[in-house]
Amino acid sequence: MMEVFVFVVAGLMVLGGAVGVIVAKHPVHAALSLILTLFGIAVNFVALEANFLAAVQVIVYAGAIVVLFLFVIMLLGVDNAENLSIEPFRVQRPVAAIVGVGVFGLVVTAALVSRDATSAVQGSGLEVLAADGGPDHDGNIRALARDLFSDHVLAFELTSVLLVIAVVGTVLLARKPRKGDFQEGGN
Amino acid sequence: MLASIVTTEWYLVLAALLFSIGVVGVMVRRNPLVLFMCIELMLNAVNLTFVALAKRNNDIGGQTTVFFVLVVAAAEVVVGLGIIVAILRRRPNATTDDLAELKG
Repeated sequence: MMEVFVFVVAGLMVLGGAVGVIVAKHPVHAALSLILTLFGIAVNFVALEANFLAAVQVIVYAGAIVVLFLFVIMLLGVDNAENLSIEPFRVQRPVAAIVGVGVFGLVVTAALVSRDATSAVQGSGLEVLAADGGPDHDGNIRALARDLFSDHVLAFELTSVLLVIAVVGTVLLARKPRKGDFQEGGN
Repeated sequence: MLASIVTTEWYLVLAALLFSIGVVGVMVRRNPLVLFMCIELMLNAVNLTFVALAKRNNDIGGQTTVFFVLVVAAAEVVVGLGIIVAILRRRPNATTDDLAELKG
Protein backbone atom coordinates (compact mmCIF):
# COMPACT_ATOMS: atom_id res chain seq x y z
CA MET A 1 0.00 0.00 0.00
CA MET A 2 2.86 2.31 0.83
CA GLU A 3 4.39 2.05 -2.63
CA VAL A 4 1.07 2.90 -4.27
CA PHE A 5 0.91 6.00 -2.09
CA VAL A 6 4.50 6.96 -3.00
CA PHE A 7 3.85 6.34 -6.69
CA VAL A 8 0.65 8.41 -6.71
CA VAL A 9 2.21 11.34 -4.85
CA ALA A 10 5.37 11.32 -6.99
CA GLY A 11 3.29 10.89 -10.14
CA LEU A 12 1.13 13.88 -9.23
CA MET A 13 4.29 15.92 -8.59
CA VAL A 14 5.69 14.92 -11.99
CA LEU A 15 2.52 15.58 -13.97
CA GLY A 16 1.56 18.73 -12.09
CA GLY A 17 5.00 20.20 -12.63
CA ALA A 18 5.00 19.21 -16.30
CA VAL A 19 1.61 20.85 -16.90
CA GLY A 20 2.89 23.88 -15.00
CA VAL A 21 5.87 24.15 -17.37
CA ILE A 22 3.73 24.32 -20.50
CA VAL A 23 0.94 26.57 -19.16
CA ALA A 24 3.00 29.06 -17.13
CA LYS A 25 2.95 32.52 -18.68
CA HIS A 26 6.12 33.52 -16.90
CA PRO A 27 9.41 31.67 -17.67
CA VAL A 28 10.44 31.83 -14.00
CA HIS A 29 7.26 30.00 -12.99
CA ALA A 30 7.93 27.42 -15.69
CA ALA A 31 11.43 26.84 -14.28
CA LEU A 32 10.03 26.43 -10.76
CA SER A 33 7.44 23.93 -12.04
CA LEU A 34 10.29 22.07 -13.70
CA ILE A 35 11.94 21.65 -10.28
CA LEU A 36 8.72 20.01 -9.01
CA THR A 37 8.79 17.55 -11.90
CA LEU A 38 12.47 16.75 -11.37
CA PHE A 39 11.92 16.06 -7.67
CA GLY A 40 9.02 13.76 -8.51
CA ILE A 41 11.28 11.86 -10.91
CA ALA A 42 13.91 11.60 -8.17
CA VAL A 43 11.32 10.10 -5.80
CA ASN A 44 10.42 7.56 -8.48
CA PHE A 45 14.12 6.75 -8.89
CA VAL A 46 14.36 5.93 -5.17
CA ALA A 47 11.26 3.75 -5.44
CA LEU A 48 12.95 1.93 -8.34
CA GLU A 49 16.15 1.32 -6.31
CA ALA A 50 18.25 3.81 -8.26
CA ASN A 51 19.50 5.65 -5.19
CA PHE A 52 22.62 7.14 -6.74
CA LEU A 53 20.74 8.44 -9.77
CA ALA A 54 18.13 10.03 -7.51
CA ALA A 55 20.87 11.99 -5.74
CA VAL A 56 22.50 12.95 -9.05
CA GLN A 57 19.11 13.96 -10.41
CA VAL A 58 18.57 16.41 -7.56
CA ILE A 59 22.13 17.78 -7.67
CA VAL A 60 22.59 18.07 -11.43
CA TYR A 61 19.07 18.90 -12.58
CA ALA A 62 17.51 20.83 -9.72
CA GLY A 63 20.82 22.18 -8.48
CA ALA A 64 22.62 23.06 -11.70
CA ILE A 65 20.41 23.02 -14.77
CA VAL A 66 17.39 24.83 -13.32
CA VAL A 67 19.67 27.35 -11.63
CA LEU A 68 21.29 27.92 -15.04
CA PHE A 69 17.84 28.50 -16.54
CA LEU A 70 17.00 31.01 -13.81
CA PHE A 71 20.36 32.74 -14.27
CA VAL A 72 19.76 33.17 -17.98
CA ILE A 73 16.19 34.36 -17.45
CA MET A 74 17.19 36.95 -14.88
CA LEU A 75 20.51 38.08 -16.36
CA LEU A 76 18.96 38.69 -19.76
CA GLY A 77 15.85 40.30 -18.30
CA VAL A 78 13.56 38.24 -20.50
CA ASP A 79 11.30 37.50 -17.55
CA ASN A 80 8.27 39.20 -19.06
CA ALA A 81 5.03 37.28 -19.22
CA GLU A 82 4.02 35.77 -22.53
CA ASN A 83 0.50 36.27 -23.78
CA LEU A 84 -0.68 32.70 -24.23
CA SER A 85 -4.03 33.62 -25.77
CA ILE A 86 -2.31 34.48 -29.06
CA GLU A 87 -2.11 31.44 -31.28
CA PRO A 88 0.52 32.01 -33.99
CA PHE A 89 -0.98 29.50 -36.41
CA ARG A 90 -4.68 28.89 -36.39
CA VAL A 91 -4.67 25.10 -36.06
CA GLN A 92 -1.49 24.82 -34.01
CA ARG A 93 -3.02 23.83 -30.67
CA PRO A 94 -5.53 21.24 -31.94
CA VAL A 95 -2.76 19.63 -34.00
CA ALA A 96 -0.42 19.68 -30.98
CA ALA A 97 -3.11 18.04 -28.82
CA ILE A 98 -3.75 15.35 -31.44
CA VAL A 99 -0.05 14.61 -31.83
CA GLY A 100 0.39 14.51 -28.04
CA VAL A 101 -2.45 12.02 -27.59
CA GLY A 102 -1.10 10.02 -30.53
CA VAL A 103 2.40 9.81 -29.05
CA PHE A 104 0.93 8.78 -25.70
CA GLY A 105 -1.21 6.09 -27.33
CA LEU A 106 1.70 4.72 -29.33
CA VAL A 107 4.08 4.53 -26.37
CA VAL A 108 1.50 2.96 -24.04
CA THR A 109 0.56 0.43 -26.70
CA ALA A 110 4.21 -0.48 -27.18
CA ALA A 111 4.69 -0.82 -23.42
CA LEU A 112 1.65 -3.04 -23.00
CA VAL A 113 2.41 -5.22 -26.02
CA SER A 114 5.95 -5.88 -24.80
CA ARG A 115 5.06 -6.37 -21.13
CA ASP A 116 5.85 -10.08 -21.21
CA ALA A 117 9.04 -9.72 -23.23
CA THR A 118 12.06 -11.14 -21.48
CA SER A 119 15.50 -9.63 -21.42
CA ALA A 120 17.89 -11.03 -24.02
CA VAL A 121 20.87 -10.93 -21.68
CA GLN A 122 21.22 -12.09 -18.14
CA GLY A 123 20.91 -9.03 -15.88
CA SER A 124 23.90 -8.14 -13.77
CA GLY A 125 21.79 -7.12 -10.77
CA LEU A 126 21.07 -3.69 -9.36
CA GLU A 127 23.16 -4.11 -6.24
CA VAL A 128 26.45 -5.62 -5.22
CA LEU A 129 26.32 -7.60 -2.01
CA ALA A 130 28.58 -6.72 0.88
CA ALA A 131 31.69 -8.78 1.62
CA ASP A 132 29.86 -10.87 4.21
CA GLY A 133 27.04 -11.60 1.76
CA GLY A 134 24.53 -9.40 3.56
CA PRO A 135 22.75 -6.32 2.23
CA ASP A 136 24.95 -3.32 1.54
CA HIS A 137 23.64 0.20 1.89
CA ASP A 138 25.75 1.48 -0.99
CA GLY A 139 25.39 -1.62 -3.13
CA ASN A 140 23.69 0.42 -5.85
CA ILE A 141 26.64 2.80 -6.17
CA ARG A 142 29.06 -0.14 -6.24
CA ALA A 143 27.11 -1.90 -8.98
CA LEU A 144 26.86 1.29 -11.02
CA ALA A 145 30.57 2.03 -10.61
CA ARG A 146 31.53 -1.53 -11.53
CA ASP A 147 29.49 -1.33 -14.75
CA LEU A 148 30.62 2.22 -15.55
CA PHE A 149 34.35 1.61 -15.11
CA SER A 150 34.49 -1.78 -16.77
CA ASP A 151 32.10 -1.99 -19.71
CA HIS A 152 31.63 1.71 -20.35
CA VAL A 153 34.99 3.18 -19.43
CA LEU A 154 35.69 4.50 -22.94
CA ALA A 155 32.32 6.27 -23.07
CA PHE A 156 33.02 7.66 -19.61
CA GLU A 157 36.33 9.12 -20.75
CA LEU A 158 34.69 10.55 -23.86
CA THR A 159 32.15 12.41 -21.71
CA SER A 160 35.05 14.41 -20.26
CA VAL A 161 35.98 15.49 -23.80
CA LEU A 162 32.33 16.35 -24.43
CA LEU A 163 32.16 18.51 -21.31
CA VAL A 164 35.35 20.39 -22.18
CA ILE A 165 34.04 21.05 -25.69
CA ALA A 166 30.72 22.24 -24.25
CA VAL A 167 32.43 24.63 -21.84
CA VAL A 168 34.77 26.09 -24.48
CA GLY A 169 31.95 26.39 -27.01
CA THR A 170 29.67 28.13 -24.56
CA VAL A 171 32.34 30.65 -23.55
CA LEU A 172 32.90 31.43 -27.24
CA LEU A 173 29.16 31.71 -27.93
CA ALA A 174 28.11 33.76 -24.95
CA ARG A 175 30.92 36.29 -24.55
CA LYS A 176 30.50 39.77 -25.87
CA PRO A 177 32.48 40.10 -29.13
CA ARG A 178 35.34 42.57 -28.85
CA LYS A 179 35.72 45.26 -31.45
CA GLY A 180 37.54 43.99 -34.50
CA ASP A 181 36.96 40.32 -33.71
CA PHE A 182 34.55 39.97 -36.57
CA GLN A 183 32.11 42.22 -38.34
CA GLU A 184 28.73 42.29 -36.57
CA GLY A 185 26.44 42.22 -39.59
CA GLY A 186 24.78 45.47 -40.48
CA ASN A 187 25.43 47.89 -37.64
CA MET B 1 9.60 -6.67 -9.69
CA LEU B 2 8.36 -9.38 -7.40
CA ALA B 3 5.08 -9.28 -5.50
CA SER B 4 4.68 -5.58 -5.94
CA ILE B 5 1.41 -3.80 -6.68
CA VAL B 6 3.15 -1.00 -8.56
CA THR B 7 4.38 -2.78 -11.68
CA THR B 8 6.75 -1.54 -14.34
CA GLU B 9 3.79 -0.65 -16.57
CA TRP B 10 2.69 2.04 -14.12
CA TYR B 11 6.03 3.78 -14.50
CA LEU B 12 6.02 3.33 -18.27
CA VAL B 13 2.57 4.92 -18.54
CA LEU B 14 3.66 7.80 -16.28
CA ALA B 15 6.75 8.31 -18.46
CA ALA B 16 4.59 8.22 -21.61
CA LEU B 17 2.31 10.91 -20.15
CA LEU B 18 5.32 13.06 -19.23
CA PHE B 19 6.80 12.62 -22.70
CA SER B 20 3.49 13.58 -24.37
CA ILE B 21 3.23 16.72 -22.24
CA GLY B 22 6.78 17.62 -23.32
CA VAL B 23 5.88 17.06 -27.00
CA VAL B 24 2.80 19.28 -26.71
CA GLY B 25 4.89 21.93 -24.95
CA VAL B 26 7.52 21.98 -27.69
CA MET B 27 4.80 22.40 -30.31
CA VAL B 28 2.77 25.05 -28.47
CA ARG B 29 5.22 27.32 -26.66
CA ARG B 30 7.21 30.03 -28.42
CA ASN B 31 9.61 31.20 -25.73
CA PRO B 32 12.93 29.45 -26.49
CA LEU B 33 13.70 29.01 -22.78
CA VAL B 34 10.38 27.26 -22.10
CA LEU B 35 10.98 25.17 -25.20
CA PHE B 36 14.21 23.97 -23.64
CA MET B 37 12.43 23.09 -20.41
CA CYS B 38 9.97 20.96 -22.41
CA ILE B 39 12.91 19.11 -23.96
CA GLU B 40 14.14 18.46 -20.42
CA LEU B 41 10.72 17.00 -19.60
CA MET B 42 11.05 14.56 -22.48
CA LEU B 43 14.59 13.58 -21.45
CA ASN B 44 13.35 12.89 -17.94
CA ALA B 45 10.52 10.75 -19.24
CA VAL B 46 13.03 8.61 -21.11
CA ASN B 47 15.24 8.41 -18.01
CA LEU B 48 12.30 7.16 -15.98
CA THR B 49 11.66 4.48 -18.60
CA PHE B 50 15.29 3.36 -18.48
CA VAL B 51 15.31 3.08 -14.70
CA ALA B 52 11.95 1.26 -14.60
CA LEU B 53 13.15 -1.30 -17.15
CA ALA B 54 16.50 -1.63 -15.38
CA LYS B 55 14.57 -2.69 -12.31
CA ARG B 56 12.33 -5.08 -14.26
CA ASN B 57 15.25 -6.79 -15.99
CA ASN B 58 17.42 -6.58 -12.87
CA ASP B 59 20.18 -5.06 -15.01
CA ILE B 60 22.35 -2.14 -13.94
CA GLY B 61 22.97 -1.18 -17.59
CA GLY B 62 19.80 0.90 -17.70
CA GLN B 63 21.01 3.04 -14.83
CA THR B 64 24.42 3.47 -16.49
CA THR B 65 22.64 4.75 -19.59
CA VAL B 66 20.69 7.26 -17.50
CA PHE B 67 24.00 8.45 -16.04
CA PHE B 68 25.29 9.25 -19.53
CA VAL B 69 21.98 10.86 -20.49
CA LEU B 70 22.32 13.16 -17.49
CA VAL B 71 25.83 14.20 -18.55
CA VAL B 72 24.81 14.83 -22.15
CA ALA B 73 21.70 16.71 -21.02
CA ALA B 74 23.83 19.00 -18.86
CA ALA B 75 26.20 19.71 -21.78
CA GLU B 76 23.26 20.23 -24.13
CA VAL B 77 21.60 22.73 -21.80
CA VAL B 78 24.85 24.67 -21.42
CA VAL B 79 25.40 24.96 -25.17
CA GLY B 80 21.72 25.65 -25.87
CA LEU B 81 21.51 28.39 -23.28
CA GLY B 82 24.73 29.89 -24.69
CA ILE B 83 23.09 30.11 -28.11
CA ILE B 84 19.91 31.56 -26.58
CA VAL B 85 21.97 34.18 -24.71
CA ALA B 86 23.70 35.14 -27.96
CA ILE B 87 20.36 35.45 -29.78
CA LEU B 88 18.46 37.27 -27.06
CA ARG B 89 21.30 39.75 -26.56
CA ARG B 90 20.88 40.86 -30.16
CA ARG B 91 17.10 40.64 -30.23
CA PRO B 92 15.37 40.85 -26.85
CA ASN B 93 11.95 39.16 -26.76
CA ALA B 94 12.74 37.00 -29.78
CA THR B 95 10.41 34.01 -30.06
CA THR B 96 11.02 30.82 -31.96
CA ASP B 97 8.92 32.21 -34.80
CA ASP B 98 11.60 34.86 -35.36
CA LEU B 99 14.44 32.35 -35.65
CA ALA B 100 14.00 32.16 -39.41
CA GLU B 101 15.78 35.50 -39.37
CA LEU B 102 18.99 33.74 -38.34
CA LYS B 103 19.58 32.74 -41.94
CA GLY B 104 21.89 34.75 -44.14
